[in-house]
Amino acid sequence: MSVSPWRFKLVTRANPSRALVLLAPVLAVALALVFGALMILALGKSPLQAFDVYFAQPLADPFSLAEIVVKASPLVMIALGLAFCYRANLWNIGAEGQFVIGGTLGGGIAVATHGMTHMTFWILPTMLVVGMVGGALYALIPAVLKVTLGVSEILVSLMLVYVAQLNLDYLVRGPWRDPKGFNFPVTAGFDTAATLPPLWPGGAVHSGVAITVLLVIIMAVVLARTRFGFAVRTAGLAPRAAGFAGFEHRRLTLALFALSGGLAGLAGVVEVSGVINQLQPSISPGYGFAAIIVAFLGRLSPVGILVAGLVLALTYIGGEAAQIAMKLPLDLTTAFQGVVLMCVLAADVLTHYRLTIARRAS
Amino acid sequence: MPPPLVSLDHITRRFGTLVANDDVSLAVQRGEIHALLGENGAGKSTLVKILYGLIQPDNGTISLDGTALRVGSPQQARAAGIGMVFQHFSLFDNLTVAENIALVLPATAGLKRLDQRISAIATRYGLPLDPQRPIWSLSAGERQRVEIVRALIQEPRVLVLDEPTSVLTPQEATTLFATLNRLKAEGKALIYISHKLEEVRGLCDRATILRAGRVVATCDPKAYSAHALGELMMGRDIGAVRPPSGAAVGAVRLRLNQLSLAAPDLHGVSLHDITLEVRDGEVLGVAGIAGNGQSELFAALSGESRTLADAIVIDGHAVGDQGINRRRALDAAFVPEERNGHAAVGAMSLADNLFLSRHALPGLLQHGVIDNNALRARTVEVIAGFDVRTTGPEAAARTLSGGNLQKFVVGRELARQPRLLIINQPTWGVDALAAAAIRQAIVELATRGAAVLVISQDLDELYEVSDHLCALAHGHLSAPRPAAELDRSAIGLLMGGANQFAAEAAHVG
Repeated sequence: MSVSPWRFKLVTRANPSRALVLLAPVLAVALALVFGALMILALGKSPLQAFDVYFAQPLADPFSLAEIVVKASPLVMIALGLAFCYRANLWNIGAEGQFVIGGTLGGGIAVATHGMTHMTFWILPTMLVVGMVGGALYALIPAVLKVTLGVSEILVSLMLVYVAQLNLDYLVRGPWRDPKGFNFPVTAGFDTAATLPPLWPGGAVHSGVAITVLLVIIMAVVLARTRFGFAVRTAGLAPRAAGFAGFEHRRLTLALFALSGGLAGLAGVVEVSGVINQLQPSISPGYGFAAIIVAFLGRLSPVGILVAGLVLALTYIGGEAAQIAMKLPLDLTTAFQGVVLMCVLAADVLTHYRLTIARRAS
Repeated sequence: MPPPLVSLDHITRRFGTLVANDDVSLAVQRGEIHALLGENGAGKSTLVKILYGLIQPDNGTISLDGTALRVGSPQQARAAGIGMVFQHFSLFDNLTVAENIALVLPATAGLKRLDQRISAIATRYGLPLDPQRPIWSLSAGERQRVEIVRALIQEPRVLVLDEPTSVLTPQEATTLFATLNRLKAEGKALIYISHKLEEVRGLCDRATILRAGRVVATCDPKAYSAHALGELMMGRDIGAVRPPSGAAVGAVRLRLNQLSLAAPDLHGVSLHDITLEVRDGEVLGVAGIAGNGQSELFAALSGESRTLADAIVIDGHAVGDQGINRRRALDAAFVPEERNGHAAVGAMSLADNLFLSRHALPGLLQHGVIDNNALRARTVEVIAGFDVRTTGPEAAARTLSGGNLQKFVVGRELARQPRLLIINQPTWGVDALAAAAIRQAIVELATRGAAVLVISQDLDELYEVSDHLCALAHGHLSAPRPAAELDRSAIGLLMGGANQFAAEAAHVG
């Protein structure tokens, strides 16, 4: 067996500089842009033109700006919950499924009340609550399996994504299909009573965005200033110290999965009632997975997540524009998001550790 | 006079701005046991790591038999005849004695004849060992024998021992000293690091004392009292802990009724039928060697492990099945052994670390939100009251030295004026001044009428603070007896499990 003559070692930095900690995500995005340019070059297109279509044009256009905010909203809402989980070293990677379940259950109420004309004020609030509770319960499945049987939450939460997606697919092709929909696999369009109103009359931005901004503030206060936030931070930094503080890890696990699932479910129902206005086989372009990137890109802090969500939404909008204007594949957007995540994680590691390379002693 | 067998000359080593060794010289003759004394952080470990090739010096030379030598790695050190027995065992629990020893030998040595070689060394130096036993089944004393045999099998001429007796009963220590004297008679040079000054005075021929990275004295330790040696190490007067006043003993504050608890994992220790009482105004010391159930007993007392409700009674309330915060609400306070990651979170500020153990008590939350002003004020009180050297309540816990962080985590609990204090290894790895301050605070707490249970491996410490003593061995606790009636050899026998074997013999008979 031969051993590489070089030895790579991560050495802890005693005091990571504050500037470095703040600059790391910026550098990570810059590096990701370099890789993105290489990918575009490999596809035979001009990176400069692509970046112009991807990033510059959407930011110059008011309609695109509204689109970015609408796309960022679910990403931020989901990532807020995920950040709490990840801070406590709990790995909910099934937010996509919890999002779909929330949208399905909330949307189901819209379908069931379709055509109602009296006493409809309760429909929208009920949809939001049911979507949130549904997402929370769905996320509790991996959590309960973890605390009772020690099953990996990563695997279960991920696999439940496909269950949720196929369940929605079945419903919109089968029992919930719009009888007047020319056999398309969609439900009837939601009534006004089941639709989130725009933020201002005639605006392109729905009022779910206000819920997201409110949640960012609430979660920032909860994390920094409440006992629950303290328990989350402690559980991640020092599990034994959390036990000494009397925070029970099982209860925290259940609470955090319920919280993150609830927020993902709420994002799902906001999406169907605010943007799509009906149920269809797919209601998410991968928000639940992209939110993982948003959570880390935002350094697991609520305000950081707000910024990161806007950045990632920009790649979605730009990706669509690039597909139309330059015939660049939409998969490029997904690949680029993956590159961003890798760069962010690498920057994170290198902020806290120094890489040393030494020749092995012979 | 021949050149010394081993000498370190003018060794300097810096870590950033810290000078760990500043022009340190040390020479050891054949047949000499040389003590290396100093506080934590004085530079002892750095010096012996340089000798063993783990750290390279910035300046200075190492010579063996008068010939300068470059020691680039532990392999080179061993090849040159330098052996080392570490303070923290570096053994694999699931491998056998022979397998652990084979790991340090050249790959060509082969396992076949190894058993014979181990037995030969064991017989020659009085270190009985079964080569086929897995490490996890051995006591701390036996594990140390494995470490020593592992060093001796390479036939070193120089042997370094880092605090070898910290995990031994007094009887086991006596056996170790016989082995060391035999090595001395064979003409080997021994470097002996210890905090136990009486022990050094009995065993060592010369002593080099380090303070803040410099040699402050080289002397014959027998010519000085232990107190004088301690002052040389500290550079100032330590002051003795005032003994317990024998204050009026009050009602029973803590009662354990046949507390039993299964081991939490494969290598843990089960607790068996532990019964005791601690009264107000009394300090009960629990002696024992590490790994005999101390952590498990602490976890049961704190509520981090749950037992039957009646097994633990605090102030008349059965709390065995209750969590740590319910017990804190009954005016109990807890200080675990491990500062980093158990009693405190290194990455968090001192204020956050105060919240860690106080959040369930009134005063720090307002409408569910942390009251930062109150938290800061309480933290400043602890820092000032217990002379914690730090930049303030916002300093991260990990920036404090071991002694200062220990003063903080002890002070955090004592500042509450608890009626019951449970403290595990109160001064482990803490400098002498901080240790004296912590012991004094424990004694004063009891004098003011609180009940205290101290779990410690340090007999000197237990005799300083305790009214009653008992010993934990293999998860069994001996009956508490007045400290004044129990001499060191008696408590040593209890630490070795004499009480348990007597009980078992009676049972069989």
